[in-house]
Amino acid sequence: MLQIKDLHAGIEGKEILKGINLTIRPGEVHAIMGPNGSGKSTLASVLAGREDYEVTGGSVEFLGKDLLELAPEARAGEGLFLAFQYPVEIPGLSTINFMKTAVNEVRKYRGQEALDAAEFLKLMKEKMSLVNIDKNLLTRSLNEGFSGGEKKRNEVFQMAMLEPKLAILDETDSGLDIDAIRIAAAGVNAIRSKENATLVITHYQRLLDYIVPDFVHVLYNGRIVKSGGKELALELEETGYSFLKNEMNIA
Amino acid sequence: MNDGLSTIEQQITSDYKYGFTSDLDADQAPKGLNEDIIRFISGKKNEPEWMLEWRLKAYRHWLKMEVPEWANIKYPPVDFQDIIYYSAPKQTKKLNSLDEIDPELRRTFEKLGISLDEQKRLSGVAVDAVIDSVSVATTFREQLGELGIIFCSMSEAIQEHPELVKKYIGSVVPMTDNFYSALNSAVFTDGSFCYIPKGVRCPMELSTYFRINAQNTGQFERTLIVAEEGSYVSYLEGCTAPMRDENQLHAAVVELIAMDHAEIKYSTVQNWYPGDKEGKGGIYNFVTKRGICAGVHSKISWTQVETGSAVTWKYPSCILKGDHSVGEFYSVAVTNHHQQADTGTKMIHLGKNTRSRIVSKGISAGVSHNSYRGLVSVAKNATNARNFSQCDSLLLGDRCGAHTFPYIEVKNNTAQVEHEATTSKIGEDQIFYCNQRGIDTETAVALIVNGFAKEVMNQLPMEFAVEAQKLLAITLEGSVG
Repeated sequence: MLQIKDLHAGIEGKEILKGINLTIRPGEVHAIMGPNGSGKSTLASVLAGREDYEVTGGSVEFLGKDLLELAPEARAGEGLFLAFQYPVEIPGLSTINFMKTAVNEVRKYRGQEALDAAEFLKLMKEKMSLVNIDKNLLTRSLNEGFSGGEKKRNEVFQMAMLEPKLAILDETDSGLDIDAIRIAAAGVNAIRSKENATLVITHYQRLLDYIVPDFVHVLYNGRIVKSGGKELALELEETGYSFLKNEMNIA
Repeated sequence: MNDGLSTIEQQITSDYKYGFTSDLDADQAPKGLNEDIIRFISGKKNEPEWMLEWRLKAYRHWLKMEVPEWANIKYPPVDFQDIIYYSAPKQTKKLNSLDEIDPELRRTFEKLGISLDEQKRLSGVAVDAVIDSVSVATTFREQLGELGIIFCSMSEAIQEHPELVKKYIGSVVPMTDNFYSALNSAVFTDGSFCYIPKGVRCPMELSTYFRINAQNTGQFERTLIVAEEGSYVSYLEGCTAPMRDENQLHAAVVELIAMDHAEIKYSTVQNWYPGDKEGKGGIYNFVTKRGICAGVHSKISWTQVETGSAVTWKYPSCILKGDHSVGEFYSVAVTNHHQQADTGTKMIHLGKNTRSRIVSKGISAGVSHNSYRGLVSVAKNATNARNFSQCDSLLLGDRCGAHTFPYIEVKNNTAQVEHEATTSKIGEDQIFYCNQRGIDTETAVALIVNGFAKEVMNQLPMEFAVEAQKLLAITLEGSVG
């Protein structure tokens, strides 16, 4: 589904990703872990197409297409979703209106008919119960005055609405207490299927107690330095990231 | 343009959709302004002597006045002798039905999206359409007439209801009020007149469409709305003009009068031609709008969506004379390219327990300048007056300007006056967030801007809210890339 080959990217002339290789197949859950500044969020941003980042080498293939050639909205149309670490506020625009536009823009991209109000409402109700979100939250201005937990739950709701092929969760656990993490994770798990894949980016292991990965990769200094199964996350939790420095120095 | 200017700065390339001209045969006065021209206009309209005298008096006063220069706008001086003050699409006989309208004129209306008979059948909105200087069609008159409501052109009102016109014209905006109101009083050519009798709730939206068509003409319309005791009316005006290289002047006067327990809701969707991307051409929109809450518990509410004009100078105001009267002003002003807007309101609290509310949303893009200018005045005897003002500015890019000039004059210490102001920019991160959800940048800007303006848009009658939303999007099309 996603094939990243020797990806180099940076911002303002500073290289942050220094040759990433990663393959994700349908149905898989991958976790990327790593200390602050290792390039985790940069990877998410580059995959989603944030303009500030410049790709200086390598390639990314997504469902047979050159992802890096596509505009951010086209990437979304192809089925790539990014749950933001810091969801953005848009005053006066309700999540419902936002999603109605988004769902229909994505449908348009895919050559599907727009949903009318009744069809949209039906879809929304279905997804609301799937991710267990309250309608009041969706009628309020997008993310404005939301608590950290509400923002992340809203991201998961949007993900459910857009039914992505690949969902990237960028530090979805940051700033959340354990109950909020559990609720967000339950939503993500409810959406998981054999056809779609998830890339979980996190600093801490605890999110992975709830969203259990098939593969764990350790990102350090712009490279994936270690890959393994879910037990690698537990190992990291015990030893911390300091071992990386030692290993790297020795190498 | 500098590449570094990023997403937000680019897209300012939208085209004005109403920029067509119609090949209408027009009956015109020669260029320029003098007493003979005023006699010519008055004669064309077959006006009674008192009306001509009133015009001449205004003209003589105007000659002594100077162009106001206090607003935060810059434009070359207007040559008042280079304007045609009267232009009428030629119609040979009095029309009995809409079907008899000049086909070219009908096509104009269709291009404007107001096919008159469609409008009549479908939306139940009564329309008065004013092209250049004269009113050409008023729909729904009979149905309104049964309720005693008068809705007609100003010219007809002068003929058929002179006592009402004589009583109220100039009573809220005196002819000597300001430079442009004096000019309008001298040369106004048409406009709408509306009278709602005691206790009548007008069952439909009343609407006027103004259009400047002929070249070198100015449009000077005058609207007068009188709501008698316990009555209610909602009125909407829309305006467009063709694209022309030279600037055209629009100087209107609107007067509203609300008696005891009456309510007038006045909404404007102003889309005069704003000029091209380099700032060439466009309408100078110098308008005086004022309402008086003459009776107790009366209410006047102004809602305006200002997207057009090269220069806008406009302060729809409320005189809160009746005790417990309420004034409201809801405004969205969008400026793009080289447009300039200096707009706001005046809330004059005279009566006791009067309340006013001001919500102003300014959106600036390109190299435009957008100013809010508002006065809240509480007179000595106006005990327990309340005002709340909210002025928000949204900037697209970093070459435009937003300015706020609030004036507060309080002479009674029981008054409560609150003013809040914010300025924000559309962020790259907001746009990217939308992009990531599959929404392209142009649609994203429209969503963000409409969200910003929502509180005001909600005040518009339903039929027009959708139109106004689209208009906001069109105006800002290309302002972000």
